[in-house]
Amino acid sequence: MAKKPRVLAIASGGGHWVQLLRVAPAFEGCDTCFVTVRRSYREDIPFGRFRTIVDATRWNKIKLARMALKIALIVLLERPDVVISTGAAPGYFAFRVARLLGARTIWLDSIANAEVLSMTGKMVEPYADLWLTQWEHLATPSGPSYGGSVI
Amino acid sequence: MGSTIFATVGAQMGFDRLISAVDAWAKQHPETTVFAQIGPGSYEPRSMEWTRLLEPAAFRMRVETADALVGHAGMGTIITALQHAKPVLIMPRRGDRQETRNDHQVATADRFGSKPGVLVAMDEGDIARKLDTILSADRPDPLGNTASTQLVETIRRFIHSAGADAASVRPPSDSTETDP
Repeated sequence: MAKKPRVLAIASGGGHWVQLLRVAPAFEGCDTCFVTVRRSYREDIPFGRFRTIVDATRWNKIKLARMALKIALIVLLERPDVVISTGAAPGYFAFRVARLLGARTIWLDSIANAEVLSMTGKMVEPYADLWLTQWEHLATPSGPSYGGSVI
Repeated sequence: MGSTIFATVGAQMGFDRLISAVDAWAKQHPETTVFAQIGPGSYEPRSMEWTRLLEPAAFRMRVETADALVGHAGMGTIITALQHAKPVLIMPRRGDRQETRNDHQVATADRFGSKPGVLVAMDEGDIARKLDTILSADRPDPLGNTASTQLVETIRRFIHSAGADAASVRPPSDSTETDP
């Protein structure tokens, strides 16, 4: 590949963000933009650019809509080759927009989901090119697949 | 100088069942300094110092200076404790009490409760007894700052594979449809 792949790494706060940071070495040498919900998380990133979005859960539809719009804008500006997310809602929105623009997507379902895939993890199936669980017993031949864990 | 315990329930939702149980324990144990990040909880502790939300640097300082952590069974809390090799007591949020969307924290507590240095209280009635032992619990094996080599390589390979190769990385999907 002639130019560095452009990576958009996106997650909501807390455990989702902590897990995204743990896979950051996989983006080394890429042109990476991290996107999350708290400004203060900027100090956590090892390299690359940083953008923030409003935090929202699926219980607050207005905030959720604002989040979706901001994510669409960020994807349009960043034009990533690959989008990766550890969850939750921000990853879903980013995948929907990124796929329209021809980007490839990686879903890494949170290690917190040890018995069933997360709700968002199930919702992203049609939009995930690499659809990963962190639990071997949750992997199936038709997906999701297992490719290691953050621990 | 007494020991220090840092209690955290994350930033997004309060967890009054846990915080009030820790507060009750703190009242009985004035020799131990307890500090809590309570998020948007409605119970305000009386026997320990607390704040609603710490920024990452302050949060890290609290973790580093604590002898043990107590928190909800969230992966942020568990991974942070393991990275700093601090014993941690976790109590799962319950879906049926609207403390989170489902019982995934119960599953997390089941899975991680067998690790050295990780103690589990299934409910608030178990907190005091477990806090009594956590300061003498074994420290967990320190966890590095990155994911498993396998996972980093899985992701790196996918990123650097050309678009046409993507299908070979992911198993072919079938018609099973379980989405809501």
